[in-house]
Amino acid sequence: MKILVPVKRVVDYNVKIRVKADGSGVDLANVKMSMNPFDEIAVEEAVRLKEAGVASEIVVVSIGVQQAQETLRTGLAMGADRAILVKTDETVEPLGVAKLLKAIVEEEKPGMVILGKQAIDDDANQTGQMLSALLGWGQGAFASCIKVEGDVARVTREIDGGLQNVDVKLPAVMTADLRLNEPRYASLPNIMKAKKKPLDTREAADFGVDIAPRLQVLSTAEPEARKAGIKVESVAELVDKLKNEAGVL
Amino acid sequence: MTTLLIAEHNNAALNDATAKALTAALELGGAVDILVAGKDCAKAAEEAAKLSGVAKVLVAESDALGHNIAEALSAQVVAIAGGYDAIVAPATSVGKNFMPRVAALLDVMQLSEVTKIIAADTFERPTYAGNAIQTVKTADSKKVLTVRTANFAAAGADGSAAIETIAAADAPATTTYVSEELSTSNRPELASARVIIAGGRGLASEEQFNAMLTPVADKLSAAIGASRAAVDAGYAPNDLQVGQTGKVVAPELYIAAGISGAIQHLAGMKDSKVIVAINKDEEAPIFQVADYGIVGDLFDILPELEKAL
Ligand SMILES: Cc1cc2nc3c(=O)[nH]c(=O)nc-3n(C[C@H](O)[C@H](O)[C@H](O)COP(=O)(O)OP(=O)(O)OC[C@H]3O[C@@H](n4cnc5c(N)ncnc54)[C@H](O)[C@@H]3O)c2cc1C
Ligand SMILES: Nc1ncnc2c1ncn2[C@@H]1O[C@H](COP(=O)(O)O)[C@@H](O)[C@H]1O
Repeated sequence: MKILVPVKRVVDYNVKIRVKADGSGVDLANVKMSMNPFDEIAVEEAVRLKEAGVASEIVVVSIGVQQAQETLRTGLAMGADRAILVKTDETVEPLGVAKLLKAIVEEEKPGMVILGKQAIDDDANQTGQMLSALLGWGQGAFASCIKVEGDVARVTREIDGGLQNVDVKLPAVMTADLRLNEPRYASLPNIMKAKKKPLDTREAADFGVDIAPRLQVLSTAEPEARKAGIKVESVAELVDKLKNEAGVL
Repeated sequence: MTTLLIAEHNNAALNDATAKALTAALELGGAVDILVAGKDCAKAAEEAAKLSGVAKVLVAESDALGHNIAEALSAQVVAIAGGYDAIVAPATSVGKNFMPRVAALLDVMQLSEVTKIIAADTFERPTYAGNAIQTVKTADSKKVLTVRTANFAAAGADGSAAIETIAAADAPATTTYVSEELSTSNRPELASARVIIAGGRGLASEEQFNAMLTPVADKLSAAIGASRAAVDAGYAPNDLQVGQTGKVVAPELYIAAGISGAIQHLAGMKDSKVIVAINKDEEAPIFQVADYGIVGDLFDILPELEKAL
């Protein structure tokens, strides 16, 4: 079985982002970029399925600017076999990403697509579910365990009250939650090897799908800042403040 | 303008999230119908009919709809979507699972985790773990949105809407329900608790997490929350995680004990009315958002707090 893993290049999760003063967006100049953390988990899961003999080939795909190649190389260094960059300088919304991925799925015919559950920049949490719907495939979203048995995957999903187990017919789309696994660091020899693995570049415009944005961002603002309060010296003072000043006890 | 709100329920009862999402749906300005899709869900439908401001409640029942499976729920919503200008669901784990499918099948771009309705086509939503708030206008004629329930007050319960049964839609049998492991607790739910006490890696073990937090939570009738580090270390179950990728909460009082205050954690609790931080490191970033900070060892402070309450 072939596994396709879409990976997004995003601002590194350790970076404290800054909103531009004129409200036109987030300042991305000279900011460290990395693979979306959930996508690292998705790649790791695919690599483990390959190591377990369930998967035969792993293809990583990224839709974005030329530099998204670096993100793809990271995926290759973690153990993916091949990479596809769908190049565009425009922002592609989750619906557009899902449509492009559908076109790639139709070419590549994987048995499973594993995405991250959420990109930490747009915090949309949509693309995998949209792709599953467009393909008419089964969906195992927010997965914390995936076990493949024949043509079914038993998926444990994280839900609000705990966990849900479902059987998803393959081919299917999964999205990775944080506890699915702990992604490996790529070793230096693997980083070197990754440079020689095949990376295809395609133009997004050549797929003939409608990726025009539907949303117009009118403005971007910093959230209302919370002022740091005071330090109290004792539990008695804390309880007094909560009762008499804040009125929450 | 008419809006369809998808109820969140477990067949036997309606989840609080529905009443909060209803407030957002009503702010869109049109009549609001509620869809209760499930199996043997008459009780949930009756509760939905009591919510204030609802035009009517539509009930669809089938085996496939019994467990909030995304394929079945989205097929049901799409089957009746033609009659509506907007489709709204709470941004719970159920809503996040099926709503993007609805959006894709209708060829609409979903607005996720809306925190404010500015106009029927313009919304506020957080991005970058809540560090950049976008005002977005959609060009889609049909609006598909999930709403962050912490930002909307629950609608009242003095209504008496008519309940109408509709046909269950055919659903693709791609995913079948097997089982659920739900945490049972008599505590208030994180999403609706007035007070939350949350513990982090500083609690150091599952035993101490429970031994330190439970007595204080009991005194305050509080829900218990956790940082991701505490969940990863096995001190607390995953459904207690507060943050960018856990639950987003806004209680009257949030007490963070042994939590450093990483941006991903703050994303889930910084809209709380009053924040208390207990941490032995006076430089911990949590103090930058805390109204009241107390520097010290939580293993001394929490038992003392419990006695003082
Ligand atoms: C993609 C992604 C998503 C994430 N999502 C979330 C999320 O949703 N929620 C979340 O919480 N995190 C999330 N994280 C993780 C986040 O970055 C932090 O790692 C995590 O919040 C740290 O948890 P902590 O504060 O408990 O642990 P630490 O950062 O280790 O802090 C422990 C604190 O306890 C204090 N302490 C220790 N012992 C004592 C004592 N005896 N008395 C008093 N204080 C003590 C220490 O001084 C320290 O400040 C995410 C990370 C990523 C990459
Ligand atoms: N531009 C992109 N290129 C590749 N994968 C993407 C892209 N955008 C989103 N994804 C995938 O979809 C997941 C969810 O993203 P989102 O719906 O934007 O939160 C991510 O974790 C990725 O796996």
